[in-house]
Amino acid sequence: MSESAKPHHPSPQVKGEKTHASDFSYVGIDAILEQMRRKAMKQGFELNIMVVGQSGLGKSTLMNTLFKSKVSRKSVQPNPEERIPKTIEIKSISHDIEEKGVRMKLTVIDTPGFGDHINNENCWQPIMKFINDQYEAYLQEEININRKKRIPDSRVHCCIYFIPPTGHCLRPLDVEFMRRLSKVVNIVPVIAKADTLTLEERDFFKQTIREELRANGIDVYPQKEFDEDADDRMINDKIREMIPFAVVGSDQEYQVNGKRILGRKTKWGTIEVENIGHCEFAYLRDLLIRTHMQNIKDITGSIHYETYRVRRLNESNAHFKSQPSDQPAVQPKANGQPEVKPSAPQANGVAAKHEVMSHEM
Amino acid sequence: MSSNIRYKSRIPVKTGEETAEEKQYVGFATLPNQVHRKSVKKGFDFTLMVAGESGMGKSTLVNSLFLTDLYKERKLLNAEERINQTVEIIKHTVDIEEKGVKLKLTIVDTPGFGDAVNNNECWKPITDYIDQQFEQYFRDESGLNRKNIQDNRVHCCLYFIPPFGHGLRPVDVEFMKALHEKVNIIPLIAKADCLTPNEIKKLKDRIREEIDKFGIKVYQFPECDSDEDEEFKQLDKELKECTPFAVIGSNTVVEARGQRVRGRLYPWGIVEVENQSHCDFVKLRNMLIRSHMHDLKDVTCDVHYENYRAQCIQEMTSKLAQDNRMESPIPILPLSTPDVETEKLIKLKDEELKRMQEMLNKMQQQMHDKEQ
Repeated sequence: MSESAKPHHPSPQVKGEKTHASDFSYVGIDAILEQMRRKAMKQGFELNIMVVGQSGLGKSTLMNTLFKSKVSRKSVQPNPEERIPKTIEIKSISHDIEEKGVRMKLTVIDTPGFGDHINNENCWQPIMKFINDQYEAYLQEEININRKKRIPDSRVHCCIYFIPPTGHCLRPLDVEFMRRLSKVVNIVPVIAKADTLTLEERDFFKQTIREELRANGIDVYPQKEFDEDADDRMINDKIREMIPFAVVGSDQEYQVNGKRILGRKTKWGTIEVENIGHCEFAYLRDLLIRTHMQNIKDITGSIHYETYRVRRLNESNAHFKSQPSDQPAVQPKANGQPEVKPSAPQANGVAAKHEVMSHEM
Repeated sequence: MSSNIRYKSRIPVKTGEETAEEKQYVGFATLPNQVHRKSVKKGFDFTLMVAGESGMGKSTLVNSLFLTDLYKERKLLNAEERINQTVEIIKHTVDIEEKGVKLKLTIVDTPGFGDAVNNNECWKPITDYIDQQFEQYFRDESGLNRKNIQDNRVHCCLYFIPPFGHGLRPVDVEFMKALHEKVNIIPLIAKADCLTPNEIKKLKDRIREEIDKFGIKVYQFPECDSDEDEEFKQLDKELKECTPFAVIGSNTVVEARGQRVRGRLYPWGIVEVENQSHCDFVKLRNMLIRSHMHDLKDVTCDVHYENYRAQCIQEMTSKLAQDNRMESPIPILPLSTPDVETEKLIKLKDEELKRMQEMLNKMQQQMHDKEQ
C-alpha cells in the first residue's frame, strides 16, 4: 500500500483533510469513522454504574467527584437523613450530563444498607436480583416482535465495590460478595478513604487483596479472559498490577499553590484528589471514563448479558419441551422454574409477567 | 506537703522550742505517704480490654500508649481463614517499671469481633469472659485464704468505633449495651487521620447524641472537687467535651519540624500522634494513665463488681429459698478451680525468682566493686 499517502491509522479524519484525497488511490473508507462519530454524538451514550459498600465509605462523594457534578443520591434528596435502612434498598438516580457536545445519560445505582447490619448474610441477594432484573427487562425487549429501534439499556455496566481501608486483608463479606457478583457484572474494587493509609501500608494492602482475589478465583475488571489481543493484554496487565485503586473523593475546592483543586484539608496538609502522588483517583477516572468505558459496556453487552440470555433460553426451552404445545418457536415463557406454573404468552410474543429465578452462584 | 517537712525535721534533732501548733501535731497527716510507699513496693496492676473490628489500629494504639511491643508474634489471618473464625479472648501481660513504680499491665484482646458476615451475638464471648473474672474474684473473696487475691477483673474497655460511618452502627450499639453495666467503656474514634476537623466534630456530636439516645452508660469522668484550682477544672472540662476521643496510633518515628516524633508519614504531610491539634491521643493517655487509672479501678470495684455480686447473691438466695434450706446469705463457696491455684503458685514462684535474681545481682555487683 505504498501509494496511499496515509497509513492505516484509526484516528478520525477531519473534514478539512479531505483535500488530501486528490490521491488517486484514496477511496474514503476511513470516513466512516467520522460518520459513526457524528451519529453517536447525536444519539448520546448511556452508562449505568452501581456503587456498593458499607455506609460512610464515601460512595456518593466519589460519584460526585468522578463526574464533577452532583449526581449522587444524597445530592438529590432534599433532606438526606443518614440512617441505615432496615433492609437493603436499591436506589437508582439518572442524570443527563453533557461535555463538548457529547451527551450522556448517567445512572447511578446506590445500595444503602449493604453490610451495615449485624447479620449480613445474603445481603448480596437483593443486588443480584436487581442486576438480573435489568438483564431480564432487556431480554424481553429484545425478543419482542415489534422491537424499539434503540432498546433502553438499563443493564448495570459496572459495579464499583468499596473496600474499607483496614490495611490487613479482605473481609469475609467482601470475598463472598465479589465471588458471586464477578460472574454477572464487571466489578471494579476500590479502596475507599485511602487517606488513612501510608504509601507502604497501601502497597501491602493492595498486594494482599490481589492475592486473595486470585486465591478465591475472583475475576474483577479487566478480566484476563476477555483480552482481545496482545495490545489489549499489555494495557490491561498494567491496570491489573494497580487494582484495587486507592481513592479519595472530595467535592470541595481549596487553593493550593495558586490553583484551585479538589481536595481535603486537614491540620497536617491538604490531600489533592487528582494528584497521583496522593491517591489513585485519576487512574480510576481514566479507566472508567476516558479509556475503558466503551469496553466495559461491550463486555456487559456481549458477555455477561449473553450468558444470562443463553441460560434463560435454555431453561425456558427445557420447560417448553416438557410441555407439548403448538406455540411458535422460541417464545420464552415467563419463568424458568422447573415446576409447572401458569403462563400466558400473548399473541404479540411478549411473555406476560415474569418472575425472577433464584440462582445461587 | 508542709506537714511532711515538719515530721522529717523533727526526727534527727530535738530542739528545745516547740510552738503551740507543733504541740497539737499528731502526725497522721503522713498516712497518704505511708500508703504511697507501701503501694510502690507492692506495685499496681491494671487490666485493659480492647475491642473493635480488625484493622482499626487497636494493637498500634496499645503499643503507642504503653511504649511497648506486645504483638511481635502475631499472625494475621487472611479472608479465607476468617470465614470460620470465632471471637477469641487473648491476654498479653507485661511488667512496666517507671521511676520505681511497677505496673503489671494486662491487655485483653478480642480478635475476630465484628469480622464475620453474621455477627449476631459476637459480644457473647466477651461478656462471658468478664463475668468469669468477676466470678473468680467473688470466689476468692469469699474463700478462706484471702492473702494473695489476684485481681483479673477488667478495669476498662476501649471500644474502637470506625471513622468511616456516620455515627454508631447497629453492632456498636448492641455491643455497648451488652457491656455498659459490666465494665467501664471508653468509646474511641479509631484512625482519626482520615477525617478533617469538621468531620471529626460532626462525628463526635453524632456519637454523643446516639449514646444518649440509646441509653448507653459509658465511663463518666468524676466531677472535680470544688477546691481544685481553676487550671485543673478547665482541663477537666476540656476533657469531658472531647469525648469520644479521636485517636491515631503509631510506632514509627518520623522527622517533623526538625524533631523526631512518633507519627505517620503521608505524601501530603506528617501526622504527629502527640500533637494535640492533630488528634486526642495525648488526652487519652493522660486520662487513662496519668489521672484516671485509679478511678477506673475504683469504679470497677465499687460499681460493676458490686452489681455482679449483688446479682449473684440474689440468685443464690432465691435458689436456696426454693430448696428450703436455712443458710446464711453468704455461703462458703467451694474452693477455686485447680487452674487458678496453679496460676497463683506460678505467680508466687515468679516473685521469688525475681527476688533471688535481684540478690544475685547485688552480690555480683559487690564482688565487682571489691575487685576494683
